[in-house]
Amino acid sequence: MTTRRDFLKISAAAGGGIAVGFPIAGMGQASPREINAWIVIRPNERVIIRYACSEMGQGSMTSAAQLVAEELDCDWSRVRIEYADTNEHIRRKRAWGNMASTGSRTIRQSEQRLRSAGAAARAMLVAAAAQAWGVPAAECDAAGGAIRHAPSGRETTYGSVAAAAAKLEAPGEVRLKDPREWKIAGKPIRRVEIPAIVTGRIRYGIDARLAGMVYAALAQCPVFGGTVQSVDAAKIQSRRGIIKVLPMSDFVAVVADNWWRAKEALRELPIAWSTSGNESASSESIVESLRGGLDEAKAAVAKQEGDIEAAMPGAQKLIAAEYFTPYLAHATLEPQTCTAVVKNGRVDVWTSTQNAEATHAAAAAAAGVPLENVYVHRTQAGGAFGRRSVQDYTRQGVAIAKAMQGTPVKTLWTREEDIQHDYYRPASMVRMKAALDASGMPLAWHTRVAAPSITATLLKYPLNGGADAQAVAAFADQPYAIPNVRVEYAQRDSHVPVGFWRAVGHSQNPYARECFVDELAEAAGKDPYEYRRGLLPFSSKELRIFEATAKAAAWGSPLPPRVHRGIAVTEAFGSYTAAVAELSVSDKNLVDIKRLVIGIDCGYVVNPDNIVAQVQGNAVFMLTAMFWGEITIKDGRVTQSNFHDYRMMRLREMPNVEVVLAPSGGFWGGVGEPGLAAIAPAVVNAIFAATGKRIRTLPLKNHGFEIA
Amino acid sequence: MIRLTVNGKLHEVDVEPEMPLLWVLRDELDIKGPKFGCGVGQCGACMVHVNGEPALSCALPVSAAAGKRVVTIEGLAQGGRLHPVQQAWIDHQVPQCGYCQGGQIMAAVALLRSKPDPSDKDIDEAMANICRCGTYARIRAAIHAAAKKRR
Repeated sequence: MTTRRDFLKISAAAGGGIAVGFPIAGMGQASPREINAWIVIRPNERVIIRYACSEMGQGSMTSAAQLVAEELDCDWSRVRIEYADTNEHIRRKRAWGNMASTGSRTIRQSEQRLRSAGAAARAMLVAAAAQAWGVPAAECDAAGGAIRHAPSGRETTYGSVAAAAAKLEAPGEVRLKDPREWKIAGKPIRRVEIPAIVTGRIRYGIDARLAGMVYAALAQCPVFGGTVQSVDAAKIQSRRGIIKVLPMSDFVAVVADNWWRAKEALRELPIAWSTSGNESASSESIVESLRGGLDEAKAAVAKQEGDIEAAMPGAQKLIAAEYFTPYLAHATLEPQTCTAVVKNGRVDVWTSTQNAEATHAAAAAAAGVPLENVYVHRTQAGGAFGRRSVQDYTRQGVAIAKAMQGTPVKTLWTREEDIQHDYYRPASMVRMKAALDASGMPLAWHTRVAAPSITATLLKYPLNGGADAQAVAAFADQPYAIPNVRVEYAQRDSHVPVGFWRAVGHSQNPYARECFVDELAEAAGKDPYEYRRGLLPFSSKELRIFEATAKAAAWGSPLPPRVHRGIAVTEAFGSYTAAVAELSVSDKNLVDIKRLVIGIDCGYVVNPDNIVAQVQGNAVFMLTAMFWGEITIKDGRVTQSNFHDYRMMRLREMPNVEVVLAPSGGFWGGVGEPGLAAIAPAVVNAIFAATGKRIRTLPLKNHGFEIA
Repeated sequence: MIRLTVNGKLHEVDVEPEMPLLWVLRDELDIKGPKFGCGVGQCGACMVHVNGEPALSCALPVSAAAGKRVVTIEGLAQGGRLHPVQQAWIDHQVPQCGYCQGGQIMAAVALLRSKPDPSDKDIDEAMANICRCGTYARIRAAIHAAAKKRR
């Protein structure tokens, strides 16, 4: 909620609207027209709405502003969006709340704050007008940036009263609109940064340019965890443009007057690395370790309902299966990059991030300066997908800039560094066992997941009872009415760093779970749709989106010869999603996806067109992963290096995707990730229907399947 | 010295002839529309036009562009008017993160130049640029819309 403290007048946030330019800080200019931390209104009626989280293509910058503008009742055409400044954020005791765009949470974590800020500002503007006119505020109304006093026929504008409004106390409480009253929120408003994208004016972290700037290319030890032993700088120092060779503890940077020169020189630089026992690790040794987790007598219990041991003997049928999903890299199309200046104890950073507060903290730590001395200049991020929540590249960029003593440095990774030094989606192995009763319905379901722990190794948080909630997502909270359930987790970390990859555990566990449900349906001799309907609680949101999606896909209707369907459903990130794949498989294992219907219920809808866009993107992201995605390890290092061997889906492979947006209202679900979750099981279940083959490991390429 | 025309302006650059055009544009001339995505001509984020033909600037030595006309995404709009492809991209709300879209638009403009009314198959063949966000359905729709508008 907004408080009086939020409304203290301060200097304007640095940055230029939607990050088209690169002003240095620009702090210290007081804005008397700041109504509250989120809203500044200029005399020319320009409404500045501040955005605290990140824009990396998920559209939340526009959606967040829609929520503010809705309650503010301003004219949307006058709105301009600026990033909230992290330095100001610290001085104002985190007035803007959590700045991270992670976990599909940007809107759902801030909607109260955003809407309250808009409503509070509206009330203050109305109060200021009423005071000027000497009339009760209750007799005034506001709409479209204008304030009217109907009894006297007087009218004014937000811009005219903003300075007076900024001096008023914020209202203690505000009434928020019922979403059914929305006129700006809930509408397919065009994303604010798209005109700058299509003209090439938009700026990403990689585009930072400062006077006197130099460029750094870097190399990290190919075997994770290795350190620099020695470099032979003399070998490259005479090359054109080379300014400095910097052996840091865990990477080597070459600084030059042009990035290409730095990168080319780095290729010729002899570097000796010191590795610490990981050089023998391989995909095989990692799989062996995961299997050991499945086989071990005991594991952490993440969920226990009923008594599976007591239920198993009473079963008519026991079904068991193992599924495997590999490590995956994020491969944001903009490689990791950070531009920084470290001068006189002050740090300025320009970078693409999905967590500006983490960027700020990483920059301060790397430069060894207090948080108050750091300025993070935000830009559009060229994709993020979880990768840019980890700030390794900021730490490196600032460390290099510190070594260059006042000279601005742009550090940029090659694609090869990016593929080989990610925080990967964990490889995971899942063993499931179910006991079916005489009618084929599950009496008991036992799941064990063996996987590295993101929570323990990246976040360094203790695990609750030894179980990583990320690793058992979609199992511990599975929706089906099964009386006896146990979910176990065996933590099996390797030297491969792991992190949050779009949809996290929901990028892999629904695949195992929903394919296994299909195996149970087959064992029961039932249609996969009807089988799930019999298991989903009647009032569940899963059942609602499941039925809506199946209906849109005309589940059960006749299909052309050789065309088959698969279906899946799950909760993910507070939303509910289902998918139906319709496909044929040729004799040469070419998978021709005729139709992919994806349903999503995210509760309230802030921008329907953006949700459709996100789900379309989810389809490409997941199909890419399930057909080709795998990071493999040999001699302790990543085998893949660029798009020739870490393949991305291209336009010609994109199937027909139909999005069923079926919001049921009443809750705020996530949008950026949930749509991924049901796709892989729907497609793999359809492949089973077409071929009779159960595909229990991904990617599909390893089974000879290819997109037609 | 290598001379080349970029977006109608003549430039002289003192660089190694093997330096890829992308780094001449970005680091020497401060033209940031063409993006670095892979460095090996795989992704298309760096796509520009050289004498009207689409070219992957990350894999094209600047010497190969010497004396030629280079057009980047910044040079597409004429006299403040968006190119019909750019307008179609806005109308269809194509971009997500937008990083690949300069290259996608340059590829689409080149396609429409050679095939004013492309079929889906033509689009499949011509549009090989990677979009990690997955905007392909909208790219296809926007190309058809731009073609229709020009008819």
